[in-house]
Amino acid sequence: MPPTTETILGVFAHVDTTVRALEELKAKGYHDLSVYTPVPVHEIEEVVERDRPVSKVRIFTLLGGLTGLASGWLLTAWSSLKWGLVVGGKPPIGLPVSPPYVIIMFELMILFGGIASVIGMISLGRLPRFRPSPSYDPRFTSDRFGVAVHCAAERTASVRDILRSAGAEEVRG
Amino acid sequence: MSPESGSPPRPIAGGAAIAEPTFADVNRDVLATLRPPGNLYFGWMCVVGLILTCGILAWSYQIWMGMGAAGKRSPQMWAMYITTFVFWIGIGHAGTLISAVLYLFRARWRTSIYRAAEAMTIFAVLTAGLFPMIHAGRMWFAYFLLPYPNQRYLWPNFKSPLVWDVFAISTYLSISTVFFIVGLVPDIAALRDASSGWRRRFYAMLSLGWEGSDRQWRHYRRAYGLLAALATPLVLSVHSVVSWDFAMALVPGWHSTLFAPFFVDGAIFSGFAMVLVLVLPMRYFFGLGAYIRDRHLDAMARLILVTGLVLTYFYICELFTSWYSGDHIEKASLFWRLTGSYAWALATMYFCNCISPLILFSKRARTNPVILYVVSILVLIGMWFERFNIIVPSLGHDFYPYTWGVYVPTITDTTIIIGSFAWFFILFLGFIKVMPSLSIVEVKETIAAPMKDIRHAAHH
Repeated sequence: MPPTTETILGVFAHVDTTVRALEELKAKGYHDLSVYTPVPVHEIEEVVERDRPVSKVRIFTLLGGLTGLASGWLLTAWSSLKWGLVVGGKPPIGLPVSPPYVIIMFELMILFGGIASVIGMISLGRLPRFRPSPSYDPRFTSDRFGVAVHCAAERTASVRDILRSAGAEEVRG
Repeated sequence: MSPESGSPPRPIAGGAAIAEPTFADVNRDVLATLRPPGNLYFGWMCVVGLILTCGILAWSYQIWMGMGAAGKRSPQMWAMYITTFVFWIGIGHAGTLISAVLYLFRARWRTSIYRAAEAMTIFAVLTAGLFPMIHAGRMWFAYFLLPYPNQRYLWPNFKSPLVWDVFAISTYLSISTVFFIVGLVPDIAALRDASSGWRRRFYAMLSLGWEGSDRQWRHYRRAYGLLAALATPLVLSVHSVVSWDFAMALVPGWHSTLFAPFFVDGAIFSGFAMVLVLVLPMRYFFGLGAYIRDRHLDAMARLILVTGLVLTYFYICELFTSWYSGDHIEKASLFWRLTGSYAWALATMYFCNCISPLILFSKRARTNPVILYVVSILVLIGMWFERFNIIVPSLGHDFYPYTWGVYVPTITDTTIIIGSFAWFFILFLGFIKVMPSLSIVEVKETIAAPMKDIRHAAHH
């Protein structure tokens, strides 16, 4: 039988108490945490992001941008070969690229890069969520900060203690 | 978006008279802007709707009668519609400048105006996008502009600036919209949590189930920064590409390398004027004085002043370049613009764009809403006339005397243009009652985060 995990939520009114709780939890070896904030707060991010790699969204952006560049080049080159319209006595496509086509490539690079970034944000952030996660509280979009700890059932008492002593307004779960 | 590390949390404005709002105050005040509107709002909606109806009727008349109804004839086949198209594209620029460029520069005063400015960008580009269609006459063939597979292998000529323009404008509209929607997601989540019933379901759907967890913020902030980095070269390129619609042609008065920076600067100049035209009434009617403070007005007025002075410099450059070119046709075109049938339009432009912003050298004028409003309206008029002066007189006086001509506006095209303003304002008026016109998240980021230990906050 797999060990049961429980989720304990601490609701905080202040940034410094939230940071205190996070530091304490990390020091005690609790790493399965979700932190809810109404805005990205630098102090909290510093603790949460300490031992995490940088978000992978930039890979999406890079791939999207490169796809845009390539499709801009292919679209202009292929279509001008299909219908050889000679402008200014120039060949239909210059190599590596005709200067006017750079503009199309640039625009498609920005377009695809931007859309890919948003796709990255949505898929990496596990959005859209169709029902709220159990530890979510509507106050987290106003002025409260939340720390949800996912831990083994037998350790819930110690987690509650840590949250309360750090200054949580409310501890539940 | 992120407060700089190590710096104390700064207040959003210099004035100490109004108490610093807290996080909960921000939610309350922004939600208050979405309360059911009163008679004044509906009165405005009616006026704007009536003007829009006139515009739509005029357009229908033009479609029925043909382009002659718009006063279109040789040599000015481009006239009021293209003028107004360029004008509206230019208006959009301030929004992207505020939301992307100032974001990358961490200019914190942008936070309370950026949402309204971004909405303005999208609505301005949507308005601008109508004009090529109105101008083309048979707008049901507008899809010919796009590269689409067809049996005869007819593709757009990608060496034509007009095709670059199609790509630039549609990319600009798409990226601005994406940027705007991404910025809205956490705010809509806040709306969801404060509302009930069908509104709650509506906002829950639009917010994508946003919860503000660390995982979501982490990818959100990275994506937002990257979008800003992509939008920055885009905003500078869009009006450059629009300017090449003219500059790539050989028409005297158009064929100039000056055009790209000249257009971009003018766009930012007129865009900030439009931001003020929208934000000043918003601040007054919604009572947002605690968020849009004198400091913000001052910053925008300074930008109008600087871009206005740069524009004056470009005007002088333009005159000098023509005069010094040694080209008879170019000089004749310039001389005719200065003294001929459209000299009054040129004088209006110089007065509105070069003289009227000079009052903003005074600090008192920069924070006086009435003066700012008047200057902004003058700037908008001046910038419309700038595009008019580029397009109409240049086409009316090119190489061959037998093609010279004077364009006279008709009631039809004037009504369509006035109608386009109504279209823009109806979109904006609708927006401010459905979505938060002040960014909840970003305004909170600029006010001090709640700390239990005050000493800790002060030293941090």
